[in-house]
Amino acid sequence: MAIRNSLSGQLLRRSSAVSGARFISSWFRSIEPAPKDPILGVTEAFLADQSPNKVNVGVGAYRDDNGKPVVLECVREAERRIAGSQFMEYLPIGGSVKMVEESLKLAYGENSEFIKDKRIGAVQALSGTGACRIFAAFQHRFHPTSQIYIPVPTWANHHNIWRDAGVPMKTFRYYHPESRGLDFSGLMEDIKNAPDGSFFLLHACAHNPTGVDPSEEQWREISSLIKVKGHFPFFDMAYQGFASGDPERDAKAIRIFLEDGHLIGLAQSYAKNMGLYGQRVGCLSVLCEDEKQAVAVKSQLQLLARPMYSNPPVHGALIVSTVLGDPELKNLWLKEVKVMADRIIGMRATLRENLEKLGSPLPWQHITNQIGMFCYSGLTPEQVDRMTNEFHIYMTRNGRISMAGLNTGNVGYVANAIHEITKSA
Amino acid sequence: MRPPVIFQTTPSSSSSDRRLNTLAKHFLETDSDNNRNVMSAAPTASHGDSVFAHLVRAPEDPILGVTLAYNKDPSPVKLNLGVGAYRTEEGKPLVLNVVRRVEQQLVNDLARNKEYLPITGVAEFNKLSAQLIFGADSPAIREGRVTTVQCLSGTGSLRVGGEFLAKHYHQRTIYLPQPTWGNHPKVFTLAGLTVKTYRYYAPATRGLDFQGLIEDLGAAPSGSVVLLHACAHNPTGVDPTPEQWEEIRKLIRSKALLPFFDSAYQGFASGSLDKDAQPVRSFVADGGELLMAQSYAKNMGLYGERVGALSIVCKSADVASKVESQLKLVIRPMYSSPPIHGATIVAAVLKDSNLFNEWTIELKGMADRIISMRQQLFDALRARGTPGDWSHIIKQIGMFTFTGLNSEQVSFMTKEYHIYMTSDGRISMAGLSAKTVPHLADAIHAAVTKAV
Repeated sequence: MAIRNSLSGQLLRRSSAVSGARFISSWFRSIEPAPKDPILGVTEAFLADQSPNKVNVGVGAYRDDNGKPVVLECVREAERRIAGSQFMEYLPIGGSVKMVEESLKLAYGENSEFIKDKRIGAVQALSGTGACRIFAAFQHRFHPTSQIYIPVPTWANHHNIWRDAGVPMKTFRYYHPESRGLDFSGLMEDIKNAPDGSFFLLHACAHNPTGVDPSEEQWREISSLIKVKGHFPFFDMAYQGFASGDPERDAKAIRIFLEDGHLIGLAQSYAKNMGLYGQRVGCLSVLCEDEKQAVAVKSQLQLLARPMYSNPPVHGALIVSTVLGDPELKNLWLKEVKVMADRIIGMRATLRENLEKLGSPLPWQHITNQIGMFCYSGLTPEQVDRMTNEFHIYMTRNGRISMAGLNTGNVGYVANAIHEITKSA
Repeated sequence: MRPPVIFQTTPSSSSSDRRLNTLAKHFLETDSDNNRNVMSAAPTASHGDSVFAHLVRAPEDPILGVTLAYNKDPSPVKLNLGVGAYRTEEGKPLVLNVVRRVEQQLVNDLARNKEYLPITGVAEFNKLSAQLIFGADSPAIREGRVTTVQCLSGTGSLRVGGEFLAKHYHQRTIYLPQPTWGNHPKVFTLAGLTVKTYRYYAPATRGLDFQGLIEDLGAAPSGSVVLLHACAHNPTGVDPTPEQWEEIRKLIRSKALLPFFDSAYQGFASGSLDKDAQPVRSFVADGGELLMAQSYAKNMGLYGERVGALSIVCKSADVASKVESQLKLVIRPMYSSPPIHGATIVAAVLKDSNLFNEWTIELKGMADRIISMRQQLFDALRARGTPGDWSHIIKQIGMFTFTGLNSEQVSFMTKEYHIYMTSDGRISMAGLSAKTVPHLADAIHAAVTKAV
């Protein structure tokens, strides 16, 4: 009896499992497998490689001279202070007010009149990506026929962000392959030829992926021309402090634009300069004509954030506001960010030196002319493939090298590999 | 209105002259004489207005705005029954003991770093989250048919799921229960779906409009997406019975509708994680596909850390793998990868049997306190002889009660009694305590009996 009941029970279960489900195949069976992310896919491939010589100069995350990730001391101290607190309640939609305040001071200047006059509409964002995405959605909502002009090349994800926000893209010339520097006249021409009032995406410092930044003089000219054309300048600043070692210096382009009276938009990230990569902390700000407009803009940014994630994560924001809000911790941070920047600048010099010592026939001064985490080596995709297949050196196929992945232990090996592959080029 | 332009000191005129001259070169080299006029303008002259000058100020979020209003009120008897965040009997927020312990462990673990997570988040967290909601022995998990990605709490999971469907699913309509959480329509509309509704709440009974639900889902075009609250419906607190769930499941499967579950209260509703997951598990057991948005905001008290997961149960492991690859393409342009802190805490709690057990005890404690508040409020209204049938207060489940009060009554309660709640009459039971129940009962009594 018991067996019969359990058998019939099983039959019933199976038939109800089948009913309604048997004749339906997957709704998603026609979905194509997506291609791997070109940047993050590199690290996946690196991790799978068993070679003892492997080097990862792919993704832009800082490594110390032992090739290890770094958690800054100022961050550890901040975490000790906030652990176990009551602070897990929802932040407001616009995020941590304190963190946003400190971020604006960092970018716009400690004594910025714009902050005093409350002219900046700003929200905490999910690192640089999140800040760009909210702005792109904002641009789409209030300027639905507008496009975004992005430099060639730019961070690969910029394309995805504005596309998913429904904003078409146009490009402007930026990198000059022959000189491995800035195509300044091309850039200026494209700014001039764009219809008045276009939206332009500018990298505030340490251009990703090329490492090529305009000089201060060039920034002033760019600012003037953009003024004349009435374009909207949107800055993506992912490396403030990380480029030169001095946050004030790295904000120079932004300060020039502010002096010239531009009403800018700005995406800030703490992923690299505070080593908070996985915490996803950033800030999106829009400089407005007056306080009333700033309030309106902020409220509209919040309307876009609420249906995306409701409110931003608290932990990373607390770390940032604790560090920047405490003079001692802030000083410690300034020292630590300079150490990171200096190590990278040192690696640039060493890599170039090694290549020149090896007697490479090619010019390599661009390695030290470029700035920030990345170096646009000039390697072709085929050469990059050889770097990976023959030497187990992982980088993105555009020839971008993350200098943070270099250290005294591997820079010689990498220089050698580059030389081997390029000497007959 | 325009700020004075700050020029550099000493070499100012020469550098701006130089700039003008250099700029002029760009124009003169390639353009007609027309452009010389433009070049004679001073650098600051063609300053336009802000390109966002036409914006108006958006209204406050109806739910989160309640707390803002509450904060501004100086009254000593004010009561915040707005947003669904748990409060202790003393009216304080609660960080669970297991969470505190894990946080301390994390802080002291110097081997931990803050590197980017993979786009899909913490792998262990994903695996354990799927097990939590679907059951560790779920055939779908065993067969590798489930893909789970870490997202930003429930909202983020819903948004990523919605955008995925808008990109890859053939039907662009999602049916939401009437009423539903205020943010649902906005999430799915911005994700690119068309929002429709199905009947759910019956104001006359303050219970489920089961007939209306069956009719509306029965009339939905085949393949439509249907949003279902896994348990503790927000805002009404009205859940289908197990028998009703079975009817709903059969109807959905027979019409090939695609279920999208929102589970924000697992464990919080009845006090039992498994019991609260029963409806979802019955859908998985029939072999069909579904989407599931999970949140740890309430049941692990991790609100601000934004921890959640989106799971998609597919027909085959192969499809699940392809689906996962496409989910990554939705996430990358939104925020690249999810935040590390909260998910690390959850994974630590879920995988350690001692911490897990302790968590279930703390969770039951929260659920029991809320059930007790329901009973106390019901008793208090009966003691006052407040007109009306208030049994729905103890019949409804979860953090919220749909009182049945209308927006005028709610305004009255806010103005006269400093009670803060959403205008649809929803109150968060978590915001009540034995001390404050009498005040709320008085307010409800006054609102219901006052001359209109």
